[in-house]
Amino acid sequence: MSEKMTIKFTVNGIQEKKEAAVGQTLLKFIRDELHLTGTKEGCEIGECGACIVLLDDRPVNSCLILAVELDGKNLVTIEGLSQNGEMDRLQQAFIDHAAFQCGYCTPGMIMSARALIDRKPEPTDEDINEALSGNLCRCGAYQEIREAVKDASKK
Amino acid sequence: MADLKYVGTSVTRKDAVEKVTGQAKFIEDLYIGPMLYAKMKKSSVAHGKIINIDTSKAEAHPGVKAILTGKDYKNRIGLYLIDRSIIAVDKVRFYGEPVAVVAADSEKAAAEAVELIEVEYEELPAVFDPREGMKPDAPLVHEDLENYDIVPIFYPKPGTNIANHFKLRKGDIDKGFEEADHVIEREYYVPQMQHVPIETHKAAAHWSPDGKLTVWSTAQSPNVVRQLLAKCFEMPMHKIRVISNFIGGGFGCKAGASIEGLVVPLAMKFPGYVVRIVFSREEDMQGTFTRQALFSKLKTGIRKDGRITALQYEMIWDGGAYTEYGVNIVRAAGYSSSGAYDIPNVKTDSYCVYTNNSIGGPVRGFGMCEMQWGIERQIEAIAEELGMDPLEVRLINGMKKGSTTAAGQVVHDVDFEKCLKTVTDKIGWGKKEGKFRGKGIAGLVKCPAQPSNAASSAIIRINEDGTAHVLVGGSEMGQGMLTAMSQIAAEGLHIPTDRIEIRVPDTDFTPYDWQSVGSRVTYTSGRAVKQAAEDALGQIYRVASDLLEVPAEELTFDGKHVYSTKDPEVKATIREVADSCKKCTGEGIAGPIIGRGSFVPTNMTNLDPETGQGNPGLFYCFGATAVEVEVDPETGVIKILQLAASIDAGKAVNPQLCTVQLHGGTIMGLSTALFEEVRFDKGVMLNNNFTDYKIASIDNTPHIDSFIIETPESGGPYGARGIGEQPMIGVAPAIANAVCDALGVEFNTFPLTPERVWEAIKKKQAKG
Ligand code: FES
Ligand code: FES
Repeated sequence: MSEKMTIKFTVNGIQEKKEAAVGQTLLKFIRDELHLTGTKEGCEIGECGACIVLLDDRPVNSCLILAVELDGKNLVTIEGLSQNGEMDRLQQAFIDHAAFQCGYCTPGMIMSARALIDRKPEPTDEDINEALSGNLCRCGAYQEIREAVKDASKK
Repeated sequence: MADLKYVGTSVTRKDAVEKVTGQAKFIEDLYIGPMLYAKMKKSSVAHGKIINIDTSKAEAHPGVKAILTGKDYKNRIGLYLIDRSIIAVDKVRFYGEPVAVVAADSEKAAAEAVELIEVEYEELPAVFDPREGMKPDAPLVHEDLENYDIVPIFYPKPGTNIANHFKLRKGDIDKGFEEADHVIEREYYVPQMQHVPIETHKAAAHWSPDGKLTVWSTAQSPNVVRQLLAKCFEMPMHKIRVISNFIGGGFGCKAGASIEGLVVPLAMKFPGYVVRIVFSREEDMQGTFTRQALFSKLKTGIRKDGRITALQYEMIWDGGAYTEYGVNIVRAAGYSSSGAYDIPNVKTDSYCVYTNNSIGGPVRGFGMCEMQWGIERQIEAIAEELGMDPLEVRLINGMKKGSTTAAGQVVHDVDFEKCLKTVTDKIGWGKKEGKFRGKGIAGLVKCPAQPSNAASSAIIRINEDGTAHVLVGGSEMGQGMLTAMSQIAAEGLHIPTDRIEIRVPDTDFTPYDWQSVGSRVTYTSGRAVKQAAEDALGQIYRVASDLLEVPAEELTFDGKHVYSTKDPEVKATIREVADSCKKCTGEGIAGPIIGRGSFVPTNMTNLDPETGQGNPGLFYCFGATAVEVEVDPETGVIKILQLAASIDAGKAVNPQLCTVQLHGGTIMGLSTALFEEVRFDKGVMLNNNFTDYKIASIDNTPHIDSFIIETPESGGPYGARGIGEQPMIGVAPAIANAVCDALGVEFNTFPLTPERVWEAIKKKQAKG
């Protein structure tokens, strides 16, 4: 059996203490141990952005990070964006603009966009293009995504 | 069209909230019982005899439960030509083909065990180029072709690698060339591409001791998966349940049966467990359908006035190692071979050829992107030769109401001219804006490539409170099917969409639909849903008529109440109707209301085996793409300055989703036009990840001006037709035509990478 380590962290506002296998990626840990399956896997090697989550407010590809690195940190996943049944304004803007089709890239896309707006409340097209260039959407909802992000940042 | 309340409005997607909150369940998100994890051992040669497979070390590895090889999978599988082994038997035909599959109690153990399996091959001479492959002395990929089961609309040549030769003869080709003032001949090539949905292929299977098999799959068609598994594993259909959850993009690669068969025998060995396989990105790229590469030759005869009199089209397709599905792409491209143009004399030969490359198969457009690349480039060459405006050549030859396709099918409900003019007007056609700038256009058309009896059905259940459940068999892979079907149901039922529930398919509960492919579902499933809604509404009126004691014809339904048009006070709530019970006496009237609808085309026929003439199209969807580019002559980089796309949706059931679909298809087209090409070295895929296989990302996607044209489709529900694939078709040729306009350089292939453009510029300069 692989070696385990106890880690303490906050996930979506809740403090947790859990065992994590030493070689396990944060992505697998989030999906298989925390059962937060909103975070998706599209490549496992940092190329698609489907697995992006916020770690201490920074967007990270969770497939590239080890679960044990979560120790002492604050993790926010797509499930943590809606609070008390209220969606984040970005989530609402994605709905209003139909900024997705299959929805598989959407959690990662929204987390990247959230980090952008937090850092830059009124992003330009170029800011959006740059911040989301690591999030692939094969359904090609890019035009709607740009509109949704701008719309959400106005509010 | 009479006033519509729901169809034609941009209601919010049915799956919207689930998808933005991370709650939408894709199959890997389901916890479906105690699990075993499967991994494949893949062939390390492209063509070879399997001499020995030694699984002893792998079997001893901790956590391993079972290892199966080809001998455990005795039957072949396939949609049209039953040629495919789920696991290679005796020989392998492509690099990456499964030769064994391991089930273990963790993914890690399974992956480690795979490494411990030793396979000995005797390499066989291989074929990687279909033009070589079709020669009589080429090494054979399938020695047994003559014994394969096949749908009798395909024409393989046993003893060769030709899996299908589709022939089309329209009019009199010799006469057509005699009438021509000019003859133009060109050759074209379109490479393989990959769909790369962000969700890879996944499947899971569960076997219960009573003989029931449950399969979860990323399948575009749970019904076809059930049908093919039933045949392959010799099981009755009622014992197989196939569930497709939300799918993270399909684009054709998840059509037919793909990887489900791999886990079925493993599940049968371990009743009570769910055996799951998840393809890695690399496996997805090498081991699932690629777009078939196409080598083509076009010869066209044209009169001075711009009329095309003759077209001779030869297409040689790289079918890859198995062509169970690919044979039909070759057929579809053949019967559509004059593109969006009415050409009186056509001679087409379209060949599907086995090679030892990855398996060819359906991709968005189903052969049309590849085939119409040649047509749309050829029209450019014609315009150049005649000194005419390329738009003019397209307008002269473009299909109109009453035109005939290459197959001789008469088209109705067409406004191709409007599609063309809308986009050319938008980009300021005819005005040259600068030295390195150019404009280009391409037309496009596609009909669903489906068997003439491909059916859809629907059931609508009216609940006790007057809400409704709509049951359909189509898959939701992002195209918005659930939403569109709920709107069509709402229109027919008069019940608002927010009081209608509709979910992803499950063959034990949802009625039959052939496949969610070919942009057919809006039309075919839409027809079934409309009929089911009308059936249910008719029942509502009949029950209410009894209840209220007024004739049914006098009644109307506003979604909440059924009331008399003569006296609105005579009314019943839908709840009272749905409860089906007479108020005063307590006598029952009728049971719960269930509407049913089914659809099968009646306007399609098989094609004549010698001439390819007949009616292969359920409907034809036209469109056009226009672009303006600026090319940097120093680097070869193409900048898209304007991109306009039009599509004739007949009636956009949901204009917002229709626009997103139009954008999505255009962006996929743009991505293939500029970046995408799968590269093989002797069958080994060299670029099987997103770094080496680049696709469009947000930072290189320009703004798109989109136009939905609505020329009602007489057979479609509320005039609608499907548009999912079509927007992709025109993009590559429109861009190539624009670059040609800018710099006068010719391209017979794409993607138009900076290197390729730069080389073309240099070549032109060298010529002076
Ligand atoms: S799964 Fe992490 S970037 Fe693709
Ligand atoms: S919505 Fe399908 S990949 Fe982005």
